[in-house]
Amino acid sequence: MTDAITPFLAATIRTATPLALAALGELLVERTGLINIGLEGAVLAGAFGALAGASLGGVAGGYAGAMVGGLLVAALFALCVLVLRADQIITGMALTLLAVGATGTMYRAVYGTAGAALHAPTSGPWAIPGLASIPVVGEALFDQPIVTYITYLLAPALAWWLARTHGGLALRAIGERPDAAVAAGIAVRKVRALAILAGGLLGGLAGGTLVLAQAGTFVENMSAGRGFIALAIVVLGRWRPLGVALGALLFGAASALQFAFQAMGWAAPYQLFLAAPYLLTLAALAGAMGRARAPAALGRPI
Amino acid sequence: MPSGASCLARSDVWASTETRARAARAVLFPAGGVAAIVASIALLLMVGGYDVPRALAALWTGSVGSWYALTSATLVRAIPLMLTGCAIAIAFRAGVFNIGAEGQLLAGGAGATAIALTMPGAGTGALILALAAGALAGAGWAAIAAVLREKFGVLEVISTIMLNFIALYAVSFLVRGPLQEPTHAYPQSSTIAEGVRLARIPGAGRLHAGIAIALIVVLVAGWALRHTASGFRMMAVGESPSAAASAGLIDVRRVTTLAFVASGALAGLAGAIEVLGVTYALYEDLSPGYGYTAIAVALLAGLDPWRGVVTASLFAALEAGAGAMQRDAGVPSTLVAVIEALLILAVVAAQAVRVRRAGVSSDSAASAREHAV
Repeated sequence: MTDAITPFLAATIRTATPLALAALGELLVERTGLINIGLEGAVLAGAFGALAGASLGGVAGGYAGAMVGGLLVAALFALCVLVLRADQIITGMALTLLAVGATGTMYRAVYGTAGAALHAPTSGPWAIPGLASIPVVGEALFDQPIVTYITYLLAPALAWWLARTHGGLALRAIGERPDAAVAAGIAVRKVRALAILAGGLLGGLAGGTLVLAQAGTFVENMSAGRGFIALAIVVLGRWRPLGVALGALLFGAASALQFAFQAMGWAAPYQLFLAAPYLLTLAALAGAMGRARAPAALGRPI
Repeated sequence: MPSGASCLARSDVWASTETRARAARAVLFPAGGVAAIVASIALLLMVGGYDVPRALAALWTGSVGSWYALTSATLVRAIPLMLTGCAIAIAFRAGVFNIGAEGQLLAGGAGATAIALTMPGAGTGALILALAAGALAGAGWAAIAAVLREKFGVLEVISTIMLNFIALYAVSFLVRGPLQEPTHAYPQSSTIAEGVRLARIPGAGRLHAGIAIALIVVLVAGWALRHTASGFRMMAVGESPSAAASAGLIDVRRVTTLAFVASGALAGLAGAIEVLGVTYALYEDLSPGYGYTAIAVALLAGLDPWRGVVTASLFAALEAGAGAMQRDAGVPSTLVAVIEALLILAVVAAQAVRVRRAGVSSDSAASAREHAV
């Protein structure tokens, strides 16, 4: 049985890493009272940026390219929503569409319509000495790409930052009472812009992880809804960093179970596992699992 | 502060008093839209270093350049876009951000397939029943998000996205489970019997009777939005829920729920028509994203169902032509998505800027109206 547990855990962590990165980024945005549906676009732009960057500067260039890709989408979102004051929901949808179209077009233009399989360099796993030799869980948790370890550290770091620092307090205040935050002298628009950019950066990194730590190549539309899943995870994690990390693990486990069942030849309807986290999210939204309270100003027009 | 959708609704309500301006726009709007789209395509092609005349020629022949292209490629695609575009327009008008037309369309397709397969050969009666089942399934799927919104205060933006995924997995399960064709070789349902299909229009290629249904439904929906009490209530709620509620005569929750469910029914009907008129079976990839393109269709039409007929045809032509552009001129067909996205951004940003410019006067007008009510 332990033979099955280690690969299952490893697959869970692998799937959860990009989800957690994107969701932690979106968490920052949503705690300022905004929703960026363009996150899906940021993840996709990050994936394409990773391919472009890696072809120039290897793995490091790839991660840099990924972050630039995510940042570009986020900057457009900030421009439309904060400066032009366009509707955030529609802007987000449009940016996702733009990312799908633009990455697809550039990919086909550069690499041909057939989309020949490209190989991007990958950052292999790096086993943490000692921890990786813990029975059963060690290899699954501590023999992963470095970006996974960064994610391990990021969730508690963000939790601490949000709860204990002046910047975190300002961020939360904006999400609850933007008008009061203005009155308190907080530069609302600046904080929101920074949160959006940070969200784009992490979304791009999530896309980069898909290319540089997992697939080793880019395929059109390879974000495959992960940005939308991250939106669900933020809700499921009740807008808290550690909750978000757990939510990402849950989605990761659901998809790992699917592979485990297929590998074992079980004819279980795997769509059930894939749909289950979304159903859970709806239940969480409806308050079935305790009160999941959204930031008060979430989604309100600016 | 009004949201983007209600800004659009508001500017339109104001426009409805200016009949002359409207008549002028009825002519200028499609022409201007087409010109803007073609110009932006040409610009993008130039930037990409493509053979612009050749690509534009392919765009033309693939979409409207021949009777076959017009009917079998463009108009067949326009049918689901008209209906889902109308669905989005109604929801957004009432201030309901239904991003779930895609899921509601899939639910409608599944519902229609289930009914059409259980009563094969029963003719027109079965066809009507299947269409109704599709609309009902779409309405039911939207009702989940509507109830979550009204009873639990769940943002419909998030819940409808979740429901889109659940619908996709549900259809994926159905075509591999209960609805799979008897040989169990392919992930699709059995083929729907001929008697239960929407008839093809003679001499018009693959174009089917669904276009008549779509046109009638959109015509009625557009009329109802303008000339019935329910339509007026929806627009009033979309413009300012608080004003509508304080007027005392409008039950805001009832109105938004009605708009949400009606929106779902239209999207569901689109799915049913797609199954009964085009694919004749349920597939996972029943929709190439009609429910998302619908947002662009509705926004570009200023959330007006009638004008949506024009924008739906426009986007349908664009998508039909894109395929030809890829084949003949090597231009990636994904370019269409870029155009769509830029159009949406341009429309939304322009609306926001216009509302802000008119800021002082329109705000005072709105508050004056609130007092008058």
